[in-house]
Amino acid sequence: MSTLGFCDLSISYDGVCAVKSFNDILHSGEWLCLIGPNGAGKSSVLRAAVGLVEYSGSVAIDQQEIPATSAKWRAQNIAYVPQSPLMPDDMTAYEYVLLGRNPYIKHFASETKYDKAVVEKVLMRLDLTDFKTRIVGTLSGGERQRVVIARALAQEAPVLLLDEPTAALDIGHQQQALELVDALRREQGLTVVSAMHDLTLAGLYADRLVLMHQGICVASGDARTVLRSEILAEFYGVSARVHHESDGTVVVIPQRANSN
Amino acid sequence: MHKYPKPIQGRDYTGMWFSLSGLLVLGVLLIGVMIGPAGPQWWRVPLEFLNRLPFISIESGVSEADWNIVWLIRSPRVVLAAIVGAVLSVSGASYQGVFRNPLVDPYLLGVASGAGLGATIVFAFRSGESFSWIIDPLPFAAFCGALVSVFVTYVVGTSFGRNRSTVTLVLAGVAVTSLTTAIQTFILQRNNDVIRQVFSWVMGRLSSATWGDVRLILPYVVFSCIVLLLHRRLLDVLRVGDDEATALGVNIRRVRLTVVLAATLGTAAAVAVSGLIGFVGIIVPHTVRLIVGSSYRRVLPLSILLGAVFLVLADIPSRVLADPAETPIGVVTAFFGAPFFLLLLRMRKTQV
Repeated sequence: MSTLGFCDLSISYDGVCAVKSFNDILHSGEWLCLIGPNGAGKSSVLRAAVGLVEYSGSVAIDQQEIPATSAKWRAQNIAYVPQSPLMPDDMTAYEYVLLGRNPYIKHFASETKYDKAVVEKVLMRLDLTDFKTRIVGTLSGGERQRVVIARALAQEAPVLLLDEPTAALDIGHQQQALELVDALRREQGLTVVSAMHDLTLAGLYADRLVLMHQGICVASGDARTVLRSEILAEFYGVSARVHHESDGTVVVIPQRANSN
Repeated sequence: MHKYPKPIQGRDYTGMWFSLSGLLVLGVLLIGVMIGPAGPQWWRVPLEFLNRLPFISIESGVSEADWNIVWLIRSPRVVLAAIVGAVLSVSGASYQGVFRNPLVDPYLLGVASGAGLGATIVFAFRSGESFSWIIDPLPFAAFCGALVSVFVTYVVGTSFGRNRSTVTLVLAGVAVTSLTTAIQTFILQRNNDVIRQVFSWVMGRLSSATWGDVRLILPYVVFSCIVLLLHRRLLDVLRVGDDEATALGVNIRRVRLTVVLAATLGTAAAVAVSGLIGFVGIIVPHTVRLIVGSSYRRVLPLSILLGAVFLVLADIPSRVLADPAETPIGVVTAFFGAPFFLLLLRMRKTQV
């Protein structure tokens, strides 16, 4: 429903440059996956987009630059799923998802019927209705991830950012989470940016991959273009075989150094 | 982190707890004015109160002198205890929310001792001159002292790298408390004519409460409570941490500043009339959480009610154990509060 643009985005922490002149435009409903070694600046790009770090340059929704001062406007347009969300001990899943409505609630007001209806709808869509009264601190990894995604959906933002959405999950729940994001993006036209480490999964789900290295975008394109063994060797320092399945899936298989 | 028991599922008992606590407040207020070493027989007091209401006439047998004991000595003390208990509890709960730290309260953050220092300075400088102040500067001085303390505590307690632990903030509070206490002692040494006055004040001074004290702090307390209650939903959003709250559109700095200012104002006003009464802000909110869960929408209002109940009750032993001298209320709350605090630390030991 909305395009997302990064224009000349630069981020530095204490004078050390983390991201340098990052430019990209995502069309509406596109899924972009940021890949790259640890410390390449993937998370920084996402954090800048939600206003958690200071940056120069601009982030724009539908060509409209996000003003640095309006936290609410930003939150109405960009929802963020952090890598390791903080789950309060004594909060029910319903209360947790309801927090996602904050961008629409005036400073001192409380949730309206509409806010609650949105939450109900989201919980129903993600099959979380039975979890309403569960304490979020007691949920398993996969359930947690679904509840956090539910909170992000309650924000009703056209752009969804996911930082390592599969990091803490087993292979089954990884697939479940990514399938869910993919289904939601197709239903609701969400524009998705995710930072991921699993290159095969990244190539499988994203429309486009952006490889970052030392804060700079070094390769961009579909899985076939970016996931090449010489590129991976150069930027990850990994020796890997890249296997192309007949259905177009690109599989990255690391190789042992002294295998024969 | 330790877990509070699951809130009761299915039926929501929050409303019941609120009405119960409201009744409890009225109940302890009544008990408070009925008990005392001198004055009328206890059962005559409620009758006399009814008698004083318009259109009701009951022969209660309370003499004018006894009524003065009830109305001018006991009542302001009980009401003041309720107000101070309420504001210390709600401030404690708010500090816990805004610093996301269950171990802080106005006392441990150094807020109370800072307010004490501010008040001591006023005592010291006021003693020499006969200048009559238009407005009593005591609450204002206490507020300034409290604000400086909480600011120093916060800056020191959060400046040690990114992994700011809950204990660092408490340790910073302890250091700030020691420093302000030292300065206070120094000032007292220089002005030993006010030592007695300040000392009895430091130990908790509800015993000499008048309606004037109540009038003095009521505006500050009401303002502070209203501001804090207005932030109850935002304090819930802050429970997911600074980053996620920002991503959800909360202006963290503004919320934190407003809540700290309001809680500090309330604490300072309470300290200005009652002296240092510790641990209320930690006992009451945590007990409330055990009852209704951790949502600040329920914790803040219920802390106000149960804080009032707690301090009126805590004041009763200090009035009854009046032989040979009255037990300061600060001693009573510390007697219950310090073990409670250790228990809390122990429950959290995995994280601390």
